[in-house]
Amino acid sequence: MRWFGRSLLAAITVALGVVVCVFLLLRIVPGDPARMILGEQATTASIDALREQLGLNLPIGQQLLSYLVGVFTRADIGHSLVTDQPVLGLILTRFPVTLLLVGLAVLFTVLIAVPLALVAATHKDGPLDHVVRIFPTIGMAMPAFWVGLILILVFGVALRWLPVGGIGASPTDPLRSLILPALTVALGMSPPLIRSLREQLLEVLDADFVVTLHAARLGATSIIVRHVLRNAAVPALSLLGVNVAYLLGGTLVIEKVFAINGMGALLFSSISTRDFPVVQGITLVSAMGVVVISLVTDLLVATLDPRIRAV
Amino acid sequence: MSTATAVAAPRPFMRWLRRARRSPALVAGAFLLTFMVTVSVLAPIVAPYDPETQNLGNGLAAPSASHWFGTDQLGRDILSRVIWAGRTDLRIAVVAAIIPFVTGLVVGLVSGYAGGRIDWVIGRIVDTFVAFPFYVLIIAIVFATGTGENGIFIAYALVGWISSARVIRAKTRALCREGWVGAAYGGGLSHPRVVARHLLPNVLPQAVVLLMTEILLIMVAVVTLGYLGLGVQPPTPDWGTMISDGQLFLATKWWIPSLPGLAVVTTGVGLSLLGDGLADVWRLR
Repeated sequence: MRWFGRSLLAAITVALGVVVCVFLLLRIVPGDPARMILGEQATTASIDALREQLGLNLPIGQQLLSYLVGVFTRADIGHSLVTDQPVLGLILTRFPVTLLLVGLAVLFTVLIAVPLALVAATHKDGPLDHVVRIFPTIGMAMPAFWVGLILILVFGVALRWLPVGGIGASPTDPLRSLILPALTVALGMSPPLIRSLREQLLEVLDADFVVTLHAARLGATSIIVRHVLRNAAVPALSLLGVNVAYLLGGTLVIEKVFAINGMGALLFSSISTRDFPVVQGITLVSAMGVVVISLVTDLLVATLDPRIRAV
Repeated sequence: MSTATAVAAPRPFMRWLRRARRSPALVAGAFLLTFMVTVSVLAPIVAPYDPETQNLGNGLAAPSASHWFGTDQLGRDILSRVIWAGRTDLRIAVVAAIIPFVTGLVVGLVSGYAGGRIDWVIGRIVDTFVAFPFYVLIIAIVFATGTGENGIFIAYALVGWISSARVIRAKTRALCREGWVGAAYGGGLSHPRVVARHLLPNVLPQAVVLLMTEILLIMVAVVTLGYLGLGVQPPTPDWGTMISDGQLFLATKWWIPSLPGLAVVTTGVGLSLLGDGLADVWRLR
């Protein structure tokens, strides 16, 4: 169980670090944060009131302590300056859509990355390999929001296959409306994954046991499906875990392109109303989500691969 | 015999150049990037129109002989704006990459060479930053410190060093396991000298390849922030703002949001290929 304790300890350390970083976010502002939030025209009285509300008039150590206690004992991550609602509640109402989008994006990413990496690895240095290896080079250079617009142009405007934005009213519509956004996120997510997965697969294909299987005259397809993919699945899973932060950040930006009312939309509307606690809360919740997902992937990987537990 | 080989052996740079010419990725990347950079630098000369002059009588015109990329809703020439935007966006990307590049290199070298407690502490700091969804953190920092160029510079100085620090640390750690690093220190060289004169030259190629990727990622981030309205502020032309303004006309005038994006992709592919090519030539893979 030592590996479990170590993963848990690392996750707790990171979670603490995340909270401290988010706390410092408002304190890196040059000058007075309250004035930054309210703007240049604000009266001294309203600025003082905001300083009071955000606890900025207390010594910094005490501010940090009360923030940490609030987060860890009451899950209190602040109140919206605009609506005075708890930030966590606001985020939770937007959470399901974003979660659905992230889930769909992960599914698409796997459907894109695994076959392409497999084709490239089994045709190493052949024409197919070269074609697949160009994909990450171009993929990394494309801003995700622009890819989204191009997909809208092709599948929404020209072909009229899929809705171009927002979420429809009927029960089957949400999924249909989420196909293009999820595909956009997946296309942005696949390039690094294809690259690493190809390397992993090449390593497994070269392993002694695969040579042995070939010598035992097992069919090439069954070797790949039953042995190679199985052995490459664990590193692929941990790669997804490593990239989940990237995935989540990308998803929030893509929500803006497709006018989806999730956490991203909340983030951008809070920016335009200068609702700092909400921006801070979304930063905190998304990073905490990443910490939890990474921990779960670590544990999952360790369960699937006994070698890791032995270390 | 020995003089003959000495004469025949070309100088290291020429040898490097000959190897470089054989890497298609490097040649193509260098070509694309040189083209984009030259056009951007020469914007005042090559741009056919002033990027900010409006001509409301000729708004939303389709691409034609006089306006190759058409005009936007205010009648401004899109090609000229794409060229001038390249000047802004590339400059910001390169400048914003410098501080995180140096920080990442130093932190990675120190962390990898020192090991022990220093390495542990730096490792935890890196882990913490890695947990943040990149765009959310950048957006939050830019929001807190103010939109525009300065916000981008501050945001990158704060978080941009993480990925290079990670890679350089791993590389340094691997080098330290080789005997010669211990031998250099055992031979009486000071720690700073071992790091600066012996380890640094060995990790530098890797760092330069990383720098290409970093500039690419920063450029894409600058454009994304511009799209979100948090980056370069109008009327200064910026690829992201142009795409965001053009999104309104996506269904009818596809070229308005598409062409600025194509400029981003061309520059990005150039950087990406150059990085790949350099890695091939330096045999980093």
